[in-house]
Amino acid sequence: MNQPVRVKTLKIDDRDVSGREDETILEVARQNGIFIPTLCHLEGLTSIGACRLCLVEVKGVSRLLPACVTRVEEGMEVYTQSERLQKYRRMVLELIFSERNHICSVCVVNGNCELQSMAQTLGMTHVSVPYRFPRLPVDASHERFVVDHNRCILCTRCVRVCDEIEGAHTWDVMGRGIDSRVITDLNQPWGESETCTSCGKCVSVCPTGALFEKGKPVTERLKRRQSLSYLAMMREGRR
Amino acid sequence: MTPEELRKLASSQEEARPEPKHRIKICVAAGCLSARSDQVLQALQDEIARRGLTDECEVKGVGCLGLCTAGPLMVVEPEGVMYEGVTPEDASDIVNSLGGKPVERLLCPADSPFFQKQYKIVLENSGLIDPEKIEDYIARDGYTALARVLEEMTPQEVIDEITRSGLRGRGGAGYPTGLKWSTVAKAGGSRKFVICNADEGDPGAFMDRSVLESDPHRVLEGMAIAAYAVGASQGYLYVRAEYPLAVKRLRTAIRQAERLGLLGNNICGTTFSFHVDIRLGAGAFVCGEETALIASIEGKRGQPRPRPPYPAEYGLWGYPTLINNVETFANVAPIIRNGGDWFASIGTEKSKGTKVFALAGSVKNTGLIEVPMGITLREIIFEIGGGIPEGRRFKAVQTGGPSGGCIPEQYLDMPVDYESLAKVGSIMGSGGMIVMDETSCMVDVAKFFMEFCMTESCGKCVPCRVGTAQMYDILQKITTGEASMDDLALLEDLCDMVKHTSLCGLGQTAPNPVLSTLQYFREEYIAHIVDKQCPAGVCQIHRREGH
Repeated sequence: MNQPVRVKTLKIDDRDVSGREDETILEVARQNGIFIPTLCHLEGLTSIGACRLCLVEVKGVSRLLPACVTRVEEGMEVYTQSERLQKYRRMVLELIFSERNHICSVCVVNGNCELQSMAQTLGMTHVSVPYRFPRLPVDASHERFVVDHNRCILCTRCVRVCDEIEGAHTWDVMGRGIDSRVITDLNQPWGESETCTSCGKCVSVCPTGALFEKGKPVTERLKRRQSLSYLAMMREGRR
Repeated sequence: MTPEELRKLASSQEEARPEPKHRIKICVAAGCLSARSDQVLQALQDEIARRGLTDECEVKGVGCLGLCTAGPLMVVEPEGVMYEGVTPEDASDIVNSLGGKPVERLLCPADSPFFQKQYKIVLENSGLIDPEKIEDYIARDGYTALARVLEEMTPQEVIDEITRSGLRGRGGAGYPTGLKWSTVAKAGGSRKFVICNADEGDPGAFMDRSVLESDPHRVLEGMAIAAYAVGASQGYLYVRAEYPLAVKRLRTAIRQAERLGLLGNNICGTTFSFHVDIRLGAGAFVCGEETALIASIEGKRGQPRPRPPYPAEYGLWGYPTLINNVETFANVAPIIRNGGDWFASIGTEKSKGTKVFALAGSVKNTGLIEVPMGITLREIIFEIGGGIPEGRRFKAVQTGGPSGGCIPEQYLDMPVDYESLAKVGSIMGSGGMIVMDETSCMVDVAKFFMEFCMTESCGKCVPCRVGTAQMYDILQKITTGEASMDDLALLEDLCDMVKHTSLCGLGQTAPNPVLSTLQYFREEYIAHIVDKQCPAGVCQIHRREGH
């Protein structure tokens, strides 16, 4: 049962592009080699528009729109690189860096971290807001993995991959606002979790050093984030 | 049930009880209740029973009479005398005075501007009917609008009437109600839902609470009419659990309406069915945001999601959903009864009808008021509110709660409507109105609201989660005299960024109290930072050596 697919033509950064009606601005931009930064987004998981790095300007719309969840429309004129956007994106990063402890030199994923490379890509040279540095616990109770809340940026990729791909829903978020934290089961130690299947998907999608594998040297802690797109493709049975 | 049958029912209820010679109506809504009005009610009933006057005199608990500051309030009929600050000890004096001279020392002047300047649509039954008796509501034309809609009008005609009235959402944003209804009506699908947002959370605001506690059937009738118009058969009332009295009265009201066939299956003998269930909020301010509210009803974590798609298209469990605020639904029945043109004749060009405000802070008469749109702030504060107590000077009025702003003296003659308030950096909001005098420090006020937003942020998006915390820290530094002018510049940068990049309304409006106080009271910020002084004497400035 093949439904006819409608195709929309639009402009991104003054370039003529086209996309299917169910595609987002981000997808179409990436197909055309146009870079829009993201952190919470990961292909294969539901997009939630939470990190706000992918905000873009659309002509005629007063609000900034998250590219990861905004569908393309006919005649849309999208701008992804205005000075204002770049400033906001750097500030988002600065806020993330100020929120918890993100000292790269003592981090287990130094050199293999999405937050770190995003800061380099977006030209973040300093953090203008004061560091908050809360003292958060490190849970190493799981036999293979560790969660270090001091490195977590609350992107909830782990929550989504565990729920949507693995189907275990071990991870969730507890607390509100600045006190939010990812938890396993009902805030039990990870090692005592009854639902965790130890599949390690959460670890491989984590953009930072918040989730990592025990007993491996830093240089071998490469994360396999792309494996997801294959899983997602098989699941959806299309593309 | 036809309107005639309804009326017959109401009058038969009246006839069943012999008309008492005297009727004492005492407010048992939250404000007066906290001033022991339930004990006064009990004392009066005991006194009357003791004297064997039960047949002659009826004591009735009713909804909010408005002037909460003078509670407990009561009205004695048929004289129409109003008493204020009544205590259980006054019971015998009041019963003595029945039919004679009123008790001088308790009199509350009902001809004061506080009562005279108001225009009541939403609160028309408030203080007149017993909120726990459906007969009282029916006796005042209750449910006739629903009966008429089902008998005579098509859903499209109902929507047209609401559109003609110019009613706009009373939850704060002011989205045209008729347009919202027609969007949901047009959305396809087998199931649709109607949700009433009663998750009132602004500090100092209690409009919805009063409506629910004083006249719950009005909201149910509005929801039923809306359900008929958009084609829904199930509704949810999302009430905060902190309103136990409202919840109790709503439960009673739903049961009563179902028993009379005004809710449930085959309403009024037609094919239209509409069920209403109550869902309790667990104390999260953000659940007043419609997508977070829907997530909460679905049993998920109460977090907003990006819109579009809007709930009108993709709402509760993915079905088209109409969400309106309590006050919006409370306006529906009067509009159907009196016509959209009648409603549109009240108010200003773009803001029609009336608005209920919870007047609080530094005014003589605090309480619940309903005024026509377009009234000036000066009339509200100085005539209805009676001005600032103890001869102090007015400084600013905060409208719209944590999403609103502080309006200074120069705009007091501005009409109160959606556009004017937005123009001066505030919003209509749900109707909280906090008056501040010279003893309030505006930086401290901004800090209070920022702390509220910080603790109520859901934590989903970065700008709101971290930005509000950083802004709060800077405000904290300013109020303790530890900030520099660089901090102020950073605060302004953060305000701009959080406003434009946050995911939902909570974050997008969180900087408003800071922005508006910076706009009108910048010198107070400078005084804290440069002179290390709090002009109002509120903040504890830490003086360091060398300053």
